[in-house]
Amino acid sequence: MLNSPQIRQQGSTMPFGNTHNQMKMKYTSEQEYPDLSKHNNHMAKILTPAMYERLRSKQTPSGFTLDDVIQTGVDNPGHPFIMTVGCVAGDEETYEVFKELLDPVIEDRHGGYKPSDKHKTDLNPSNLKGGDDLDSNYVLSSRVRTGRSVRGFCLPPHCSRGERRAVEKLSIEALASLSGDLKGKYYALKNMTEAEQQQLIDDHFLFDKPVSPLLLASGMGRDWPDARGIWHNDNKTFLVWVNEEDHLRVISMQKGGNMKEVFDRFCTGLTKIETLFKERSHAFMWNEHLGYVLTCPSNLGTGLRAGVHVKLPNMSKHAKFEEVLKKLRLQKRGTGGVDTAAVGGVFDISNADRLGFSEVELVQMVVDGVKLLVEMEKKLEKGQSIDDIMPAQK
Amino acid sequence: MASSFTRLISGRNTAALLASLGAGTMATGFLMSETGPLAADKKTKLYPPSSDFPDLRKHNNCMAAALTPAIYAKLRDKVTPNNWTLDQSIQTGVDNPGHPFIKTVGCVAGDEESYEVFAELFDPVIKDRHNGYDPRTMKHPTDLDSSKITNAVFDENYVLSSRVRTGRSIRGLSLPPACSRAERREVERVVVTALAGLKGDLAGRYYGLGDMTEKEQQQLIDDHFLFDKPVSPLLTCAFMARDWPDARGIWHNNEKTFLIWVNEEDHTRVISMEKGGNMKRVFERFCRGLKQVEHLIQERGWEFMWNEHLGYILTCPSNLGTGLRAGVHVRLPKLSQDPRFSKILDNLRLQKRGTGGVDTAATGDTFDISNNDRLGKSEVELVQLLVDGVNHLIECEKKLEKGQDIKVPAPITQFRK
Repeated sequence: MLNSPQIRQQGSTMPFGNTHNQMKMKYTSEQEYPDLSKHNNHMAKILTPAMYERLRSKQTPSGFTLDDVIQTGVDNPGHPFIMTVGCVAGDEETYEVFKELLDPVIEDRHGGYKPSDKHKTDLNPSNLKGGDDLDSNYVLSSRVRTGRSVRGFCLPPHCSRGERRAVEKLSIEALASLSGDLKGKYYALKNMTEAEQQQLIDDHFLFDKPVSPLLLASGMGRDWPDARGIWHNDNKTFLVWVNEEDHLRVISMQKGGNMKEVFDRFCTGLTKIETLFKERSHAFMWNEHLGYVLTCPSNLGTGLRAGVHVKLPNMSKHAKFEEVLKKLRLQKRGTGGVDTAAVGGVFDISNADRLGFSEVELVQMVVDGVKLLVEMEKKLEKGQSIDDIMPAQK
Repeated sequence: MASSFTRLISGRNTAALLASLGAGTMATGFLMSETGPLAADKKTKLYPPSSDFPDLRKHNNCMAAALTPAIYAKLRDKVTPNNWTLDQSIQTGVDNPGHPFIKTVGCVAGDEESYEVFAELFDPVIKDRHNGYDPRTMKHPTDLDSSKITNAVFDENYVLSSRVRTGRSIRGLSLPPACSRAERREVERVVVTALAGLKGDLAGRYYGLGDMTEKEQQQLIDDHFLFDKPVSPLLTCAFMARDWPDARGIWHNNEKTFLIWVNEEDHTRVISMEKGGNMKRVFERFCRGLKQVEHLIQERGWEFMWNEHLGYILTCPSNLGTGLRAGVHVRLPKLSQDPRFSKILDNLRLQKRGTGGVDTAATGDTFDISNNDRLGKSEVELVQLLVDGVNHLIECEKKLEKGQDIKVPAPITQFRK
């Protein structure tokens, strides 16, 4: 029974992902198949024993396996507020090697997006109509975020410390070249001073080690806080997170309702960053089918979430609130983010879609939709009905 | 600037040379094409061990004290026969810097062979944790003959309960940090099949964590038997909570004095316990039960992981040897107030915990007192040590009650001089 302790030289075996996979092949797929009987996430809905059998022997060139893809969905049967995805990518090739699982997950998650569909990228801010006049009596702040992955490196669930540090180093170099109103500074998580840390907390910029089991189960919390950091411009309106849930998270934000300005800065900044990376021989992961490639399948395409914090105390109590949001292709969250509930009638309202619509189209939906919601709120304040301004399904 | 320097030099060979000189991150920008995937085997060249070496400057655990860049470089690309790596062994220690006052171990084994393949790390960790025990030269004695124990029935005015626990691993199957779902289920199958063969006062029943009824769950909680999904980052960062609660469960005999946890932190944790002070009987049942379980698995061609240097092989290096923690819940209202209490425990090779276990503080005057050591002394030696120590503590308590003074006993000898 004892496996003889041979010491074998092996090609690099990244933490968490696996030449271990070959060893598992001595068990049948039935013996290895996860128990998903109590699960409610996209992966659990799609995966079948037959599919598992076909995919379990595969791995991406960097060694990411099916079990790596689905671990987070196995460990987390469900979430109280949202239908979780239940699978992650460890590298760009995951989406190709495991397309038999991920294509239907993507289709399910992204409103019927087919494997043959093409995704449009549009980061030209002048294509946005309006958006500079959302009522600041209601709209407290505006924000646009997305993510970017650097081609040639494994993603946060799978990367080694060396790769993560290389991504950080590249990011610091690129961001250091930004100028004008985008000029800023990088704060590495592991050596910021107490004063710097407090300032970042006060600015609502600091991200901390993930506590969500959704993220931890996928391996994204490894080696914290090594090679993680926050960069922001001096004006505190443009912010980049390095090596949190994705290689880069890029955020443009400001108080008030001028979404146009936020989106303008967002596009300008992103485009500049992309250019700076390209000058250093690195592209972002992108293809014409999936758009920008990110760790979680839910963020494919644009990876874009444009949102506002908006006061809707009356509207949120209206029986048709959910229906209106659905028609406008918007979603609500608490002001603490995805895992929180709303406080004091203030909601985070953002686009529900990520893939199959361009950046401009999604921000347009938010701008138009929030305008309508505020109009409705004002009517309800005056005791008027909102039936005549109910929107059609977008 | 590094990037312009690498642009000046053309050719893959130069970049590979730069990488091997430790300029791994400079070379990455150069070697990587915009479209090419990065194959696992190319990574060894692109990322020299120095680029992957963890930042342990804020760390205080046995792994961080023992791991050097040289050891890491030597071991990073090795795998055990089950394809477990050094990075996986140390992940928990990298992710949990430790505590200024408590020195955690910071590394785990993924299989039996980890202790050999990564001996250059595990040996100094074992030495550090187990009082200078050297696995290369020393042999660990195993002795489960409970008849040798003397004076092991305590005064029940002081001792409220007695307990002995250990762990056992099934040879040939990966340990909880590394096991696949199929392996874990195999451990469950092997153990549960064997336990079904126990008879008499050891006859009992298995409760799978995933399919127990609400009523069964409540009963197990009331009996203080139920274990839950680990929340300690020390364990979760070592990949032990994967696929929870698949193939985890609790077995106990009908009398509720012999209990086995399946697939928690180890393949099995074996516990003998009862109210009162009859440690002799607790240990007798412990030894008998263990031997019977071992016999039952051997009948089916399985055995426990064991060797003459490390004794019984368990997931955490801190539990090697006997894996044994023998302890009592004991009332020591006067002694616990005495400033010499800690020193007395130290010299007797005992530790105190709260009655909730390792991460709790004592409430009131009742303490969990158990043996410190696991490796280098046999089960009989450690239980006798605990017995003699507890008897001594009770004597001290009685003296203090009568207003007499007590003496701090001389320290018991260790390997380290």
